[in-house]
Amino acid sequence: MTGVNDDVPDGIPDSAPADVPGRAPDDVPDGRELLRVEGVTKSFPGVRALDGVDLSLRRGEVHVLLGENGAGKSTLIKMLSGAHRPDQGRILAAGPDVPAAGPDVPATGPDVPATGPDVPATGPDRPEAGPTTKSTPRLGAKPTTRPGTRPGGDLREVHIRSAQDAERLGIATIYQEFTLVPGLTVAENLFLGRQPRTRLGLIDKKTMRARAAELLRRVRLDVSPDTPVAELGIARLQMVEIAKALSLDARVLIMDEPTAVLTSEEVSTLFGIVRELRDAGVGILFITHHLEEIGALGDRVTVLRDGRSVAQVPASTGEDELIRLMVGRDIAEQYPRQRPDRPGPPLLRVRGLTRHGRGTGPVFQDVDFEVRAGEVVGLAGLVGAGRTEVARAVFGVDPYDAGTVEIDGERLARGDVRAAMRAGLGLVPEDRKGQGLVLDASLQDNLTLARLTRDTRGGLVDRGAQRRRAATVAEQLKVRMSGLAQSARTLSGGNQQKIVIGKWLLADTRLLILDEPTRGIDVGAKVEIYQLINELTASGRAVLMISSDLPEVLGMSDRVLVMSQGRLAGELTAEEATQDAVMELALHTAHGTDRGTAHGTDRGAGRRNHTDKSAMEGSDVR
Amino acid sequence: MSAELKTGAAAEAVGRAPDREAGGRRPAAWFSRAVLRNGPLGGLAALVVVMAALSKDFLNGQNLLNVGVQASVTAILAFGVTFVIVSAGIDLSVGSVAGLAATVVAWAATGQGLPVWIAVLLGLAVGAGSGLLSGALVAYGKLPAFIATLAMLSVGRGLALVISGGSPIPFPASVSRLGDTLGGWLPVPVLVMIGMGLVAALILARTYAGRAMFAIGGNEEAARLSGIHVKRRKLVIYALSGLFAAVAGIVLAARLTSAQPQAATGYELDAIAAVVIGGASLSGGSGKASGTLIGALILAVLRNGLNLLSVSAFWQQVATGLVIALAVLLDTLRRRSTR
Repeated sequence: MTGVNDDVPDGIPDSAPADVPGRAPDDVPDGRELLRVEGVTKSFPGVRALDGVDLSLRRGEVHVLLGENGAGKSTLIKMLSGAHRPDQGRILAAGPDVPAAGPDVPATGPDVPATGPDVPATGPDRPEAGPTTKSTPRLGAKPTTRPGTRPGGDLREVHIRSAQDAERLGIATIYQEFTLVPGLTVAENLFLGRQPRTRLGLIDKKTMRARAAELLRRVRLDVSPDTPVAELGIARLQMVEIAKALSLDARVLIMDEPTAVLTSEEVSTLFGIVRELRDAGVGILFITHHLEEIGALGDRVTVLRDGRSVAQVPASTGEDELIRLMVGRDIAEQYPRQRPDRPGPPLLRVRGLTRHGRGTGPVFQDVDFEVRAGEVVGLAGLVGAGRTEVARAVFGVDPYDAGTVEIDGERLARGDVRAAMRAGLGLVPEDRKGQGLVLDASLQDNLTLARLTRDTRGGLVDRGAQRRRAATVAEQLKVRMSGLAQSARTLSGGNQQKIVIGKWLLADTRLLILDEPTRGIDVGAKVEIYQLINELTASGRAVLMISSDLPEVLGMSDRVLVMSQGRLAGELTAEEATQDAVMELALHTAHGTDRGTAHGTDRGAGRRNHTDKSAMEGSDVR
Repeated sequence: MSAELKTGAAAEAVGRAPDREAGGRRPAAWFSRAVLRNGPLGGLAALVVVMAALSKDFLNGQNLLNVGVQASVTAILAFGVTFVIVSAGIDLSVGSVAGLAATVVAWAATGQGLPVWIAVLLGLAVGAGSGLLSGALVAYGKLPAFIATLAMLSVGRGLALVISGGSPIPFPASVSRLGDTLGGWLPVPVLVMIGMGLVAALILARTYAGRAMFAIGGNEEAARLSGIHVKRRKLVIYALSGLFAAVAGIVLAARLTSAQPQAATGYELDAIAAVVIGGASLSGGSGKASGTLIGALILAVLRNGLNLLSVSAFWQQVATGLVIALAVLLDTLRRRSTR
């Protein structure tokens, strides 16, 4: 959702694919189909994650999967990598007996003329018109096809039950969270579990290193195969992951937001590698939120919305059009924010909050902002910009190195959750299951956890009072449950989130920090949570909302703070805050310094000063 | 949960009575079904029925009291370990700490001539202090609980040997009454076990300390983000475990009328087994004092019954191991089927 334009038209009909002007997908490479997803559905308790998704991936194409958070992208790729299985629908893949296309096969580039009826239309008739039968004559007519490779027709239904199944089918996935073992070297990671052996059955380190070095050359990664993975930065980890996928001779490479954590230079290296792979015949399923990357790299785009594949369009489609397809509904209705006439007195004031990182730079630096009673302040920025870290520091979970946090003008002790709670702060963490809930404990225990101290008299907990309070708040939040004794694990995502919020309501929180409050929650529950936010602020409480869901930030915030690389890049009023304006600030320093404005240079200088200062402090300590 | 289990067991007992003969034909199947449906309590009941059927002497009042006495030390240790396991920790040191506390009581009273009540308080303090030290290593030293308490296991046993010079010290007579009977038939260790069990149940279910144990064991990070001082809580948890171990050590020494530095060696494993048989999860967040009591009783019934059947001590160990594995296996199956 990057670079998104703000003039999103209202009320896009669901029949969007038909509305796409009949573009001939002349920039779509004309390759054999490697993978096809037909009408796949998948439900989780309370959420329909996928609802009839179609997708087709050909050899030698970069196929972009586009959609809002929660549209079903992750579920789909998890299905292709064996983590989930579809409830309904089929996944078809080229048989494992078909050799992976080597670099000796000439690139099936856009120069191949797309002719007449062979070109699949990007219309709703696509799934019915079996591409298998169509692809046969097309491929046969092509002189560049390697002899021996059976053209089309060999797509068969597969059941991907495990990561091993996916690997056998030549499907490799690079997740946002890396799957490397930090303690092992690059070479050991690349060949983990399938190390080359000597005749005695010992690991052949020489061969392993040589092959690792070759793979690293292919991804243009200039590190020794003997480097421990723990010493690599995040961009290099990404490259090692790609090298690992290469070593598996993957024919299908799934990349989940690979550019989210990279600088512009690293992104261009990555694109170079992806293009090479594409030219070598690998089919690449590429997930990104950065719309400008689609035109630069992609061939075709499949847009997911609310678990359905709503359109398949060429990558040359305009950004406005892509947004229209992606959002597809009226934002105003989805975000029922009632803005206060005028905000109350300042509740939270943060001044010069700074935390030095280990090595590369500050975690966050010079963060100044305030939150007033009755206000919703959005905190936007890219993943890794330091938003969660600031929230945790304010709430006293993590310490900070400089700056102050004040509530009602009183300074809050550093690194003391209890003090923050007494002052009226509450934190709904990003990782709901990992940090927000005690999953196997009852709803009653979860709801009353943050006020356990207050419900204790002389060491004894007043269980009766706990039960009454929990029942009251569960009713107020309309938690769908069988009873307070139910374990939190068995609730749907939306209801789990209500429990976490309810916990803070019971603790008499006046300023609630919500970190990605609607991630992985279905649309209906989202609106309930937005309404809850309205109720909170109407009663004079305040909300600081961290969110990567840009429409949500714009729809719900009275003011938007944007962070970039650990700094507050700017503040926007509700009127000023458009997707463009927010992204402009979020990318301010993230992707290179070429966009440097006077403001940016200023901040850059500030950073240098701070680095010098911290370096000096460091030497003092030594 | 406890109410559910109890009513479930009662209903089961009533419903089961008519087709006892049917079940009697295949005791093994009946046994596993009973355990599967009712958890630890069903297992204990089944075990009692099997032992009563195999040995005429088992269901005799005196023998049952013997079982209680045999279970008492393990149960008291296990109550303390329950706190630790509920909070997703482990305490391997309780056997050593029990031995050390008993040795300190005997040394202070018999060796140094201190008043008995001071000697007992000193023993309890040593127990709690040992736990506190383990807790500090876990919470502040960030040692894995396994390692911290393994170290305390060795240190505790070593100190007991140092203080006693390696030989038993006579226990003061007034404290030794803890090992006697009331009115000539009711063993005091059983009363102490019941009393400590009630205290443990109260702590777990109704106190701040107990509720915090469940929160920490269920999700330490969520507990921390909800304002629970996880580190301080861990100190309390391990100190409680040490305190319960000291009580167990004193009861054991009272039964033997002397503090032996090697007493209670290996009891930590029995205690952990009792907690786990009682339905607690080693990954934390669940466990009950009543379950732990049942776990300790299952172990005691098994040993007592096998003794009555003149099964050799060597085979008894094999049987105990199998029962531990079976109990936890069945409990896992039961949980999976109800989830």
